[in-house]
Amino acid sequence: MRDVVQVRGEVVANRRVGAYHHLTVVAPGVAELARPGQFVAMAVGGPTSANLLRRSFSLHRVSPSGAYGGTLDVVIAAKGEGTQWLTGLRPHDEVDVVAPLGRPFPLPTEPVATVLVGGGYGSAPLFWLAEVLRERGCRVEMVLGAASEDRLFGVVEARRSADGVTITTDDGSAGTKGWVSDVLPEVITRTGAAVVYGCGPMGMLRSITEVASAHGAVAQVAVEESMACGVGVCMTCVMPVTGNDGLTRMVRSCVEGPVFRGDRLRWDAFDDGVCRVPADTVGAPRPGGH
Amino acid sequence: MADLTTRLGALTLPNPVMTASGCAANGRELHRFFDLTDLGAFVTKTVMADPRSGRPTPRMAETSSGMLNSIGLQGPGIAAFLDKDLTWLHSIGARVVVSIAGNTAAEFAEVARALASHPSFACVVAVEINISCPNVANRGLVFACDPMSSSTVVGLVHQELPPGTPTFAKLTPDVTDIVAIADAALQAGATGLTMINTLLGIVIDTDRLRPQLAGITGGLSGPAIRPVAVRAIWQVAGAMREGRIDTAPIIGVGGIRTGLDALELIAAGASAVQVGTATFNDPSAPRRVRDELDAALDARALTLADAVGIAHRRKVQL
Ligand SMILES: Cc1cc2nc3c(=O)[nH]c(=O)nc-3n(C[C@H](O)[C@H](O)[C@H](O)COP(=O)(O)OP(=O)(O)OC[C@H]3O[C@@H](n4cnc5c(N)ncnc54)[C@H](O)[C@@H]3O)c2cc1C
Ligand SMILES: Cc1cc2nc3c(=O)[nH]c(=O)nc-3n(C[C@H](O)[C@H](O)[C@H](O)COP(=O)(O)O)c2cc1C
Ligand code: FES
Repeated sequence: MRDVVQVRGEVVANRRVGAYHHLTVVAPGVAELARPGQFVAMAVGGPTSANLLRRSFSLHRVSPSGAYGGTLDVVIAAKGEGTQWLTGLRPHDEVDVVAPLGRPFPLPTEPVATVLVGGGYGSAPLFWLAEVLRERGCRVEMVLGAASEDRLFGVVEARRSADGVTITTDDGSAGTKGWVSDVLPEVITRTGAAVVYGCGPMGMLRSITEVASAHGAVAQVAVEESMACGVGVCMTCVMPVTGNDGLTRMVRSCVEGPVFRGDRLRWDAFDDGVCRVPADTVGAPRPGGH
Repeated sequence: MADLTTRLGALTLPNPVMTASGCAANGRELHRFFDLTDLGAFVTKTVMADPRSGRPTPRMAETSSGMLNSIGLQGPGIAAFLDKDLTWLHSIGARVVVSIAGNTAAEFAEVARALASHPSFACVVAVEINISCPNVANRGLVFACDPMSSSTVVGLVHQELPPGTPTFAKLTPDVTDIVAIADAALQAGATGLTMINTLLGIVIDTDRLRPQLAGITGGLSGPAIRPVAVRAIWQVAGAMREGRIDTAPIIGVGGIRTGLDALELIAAGASAVQVGTATFNDPSAPRRVRDELDAALDARALTLADAVGIAHRRKVQL
């Protein structure tokens, strides 16, 4: 059975939401396969584009049918050339999409309490996750953080999808002034959460993992690393992750991730915009060797 | 439908389009998008003797019509490759070209020996010897930058493979005289040549004002390098036509994104082609290139065999 589709999608809506653009794209076949935490890889610039590499975005939500056939939604921050092209798309424009990709957020088998933490556009996949968790009887609290109010995504939607919402901004323009990690201990303690789901910048995922571990909860985090293909063939998106056998390997975050158990990631390797290969990694360079 | 059959020495393939090593992993990922047996052959990621973690990240930078990569030959090592990857490729009926490398000439031989003794060697139609990698015993100088090292590796690999196994030495364009390296590889017994591997480059991150790749240098690939590939193939095929070096099949690689791109490399002298970086843009690219090449040959009323090296015959005599 096919578990991924490549389709020429048609944009049906492109709305500005704060600092982001919310795109809806007709992409038949994706919704039936997709689960929260998976992502889409989009080609940018059209068929003769000089920007060859695909851009990856969390699936915000999917809908199997509707007026246009199956659609998918993404929330995009315009950054470089590719995201500028995507956020400039208009209804009826075409974009080549490959989805769903990667492993989804694992769901608890018991109806435990959960906390969903999103940084900036990292909240995009969490509302769909919240719905799925609540269908299973899980209590869902959300913590949304960003640098400033315009970089928060989905505050209104959060109030609908969650049993409780806490907001933080670095500059205090909305919610509590500070970081998500400042308020997270209280939320975990109050709700007795067993699982903390996170999506956002790597530094934030690291602190979510530390706070969760300190409070006896498991962290499941969706990481972000530069990806050239999104489908597992280029080996650019690797990071050091410890497996069930206790060994660390450089694994592809597009295939084995983007969701990892936070305590399995080798956070010690990330520093100053690079990710080193820890010396105890399987196949790590040896002195005098490669 | 044009006749796409191609002959690479004693090896006949139903069509000339292959994946490029390191741009298609070991098959499972692309098999989700199209049937790998539709290709002339599937080329595996270069495998070495032991597992390798590869380099730190960032490992990539996008460039105009291309990219820089510094993966560092990450891989599972030959034993795991044979049992997991080659066995799977065999099970789906793929025609496989296995790309091998070593830190030393002896390691190349060790990898070839393990490969030849595995039951799934039955699906291997050729071995690609990736000599565009650093020779630890020679201060890290790339094997394919030195005719002597190139011929040593090719000779040692040949001793380990059953007689008649087709081998292709993969050359780097970062040399003064690619014809001399091609000559050395063929003299040492290679069936043919694969051209070209990536070109060395550096990208500076203009926010941090430091090299963007953690490994500083990386290999440039994609449509940006296609004219370099066409030139390298042209020079080597030209030397063959003039009798300066032995005549041997060439597999062209570098910058192919469309059927017409493939036709350029073929017209310059390639009997088969590989699609690399374009696969990152479009996971169906290798099969699409096959179909577009088919249409392009049809439109010109040519078979694949007619088109190989045709540009040499048609060049304007001044
Ligand atoms: C699993 C995953 C989910 C993501 N979800 C979202 C999302 O929901 N919304 C959103 O706005 N962004 C998301 N990102 C980040 C987004 O992919 C990058 O911002 C985007 O690729 C940058 O493209 P660009 O053309 O603007 O930048 P450029 O710098 O021009 O990109 C050049 C190349 O680098 C890659 N690249 C650069 N930065 C990143 C990055 N941070 N992550 C991955 N690849 C990168 C690009 O894919 C491209 O191949 C996600 C990334 C990943 C890996
Ligand atoms: C990410 C990446 C990894 C590669 N890995 C290998 C490799 O393991 N062995 C090899 O012989 N060539 C490797 N190459 C080189 C390609 O096989 C090919 O020669 C080169 O990229 C030019 O072709 P292209 O422009 O179609 O990509 C790699 C290229 C890229 C982009
Ligand atoms: S992005 Fe290419 S392997 Fe993960």
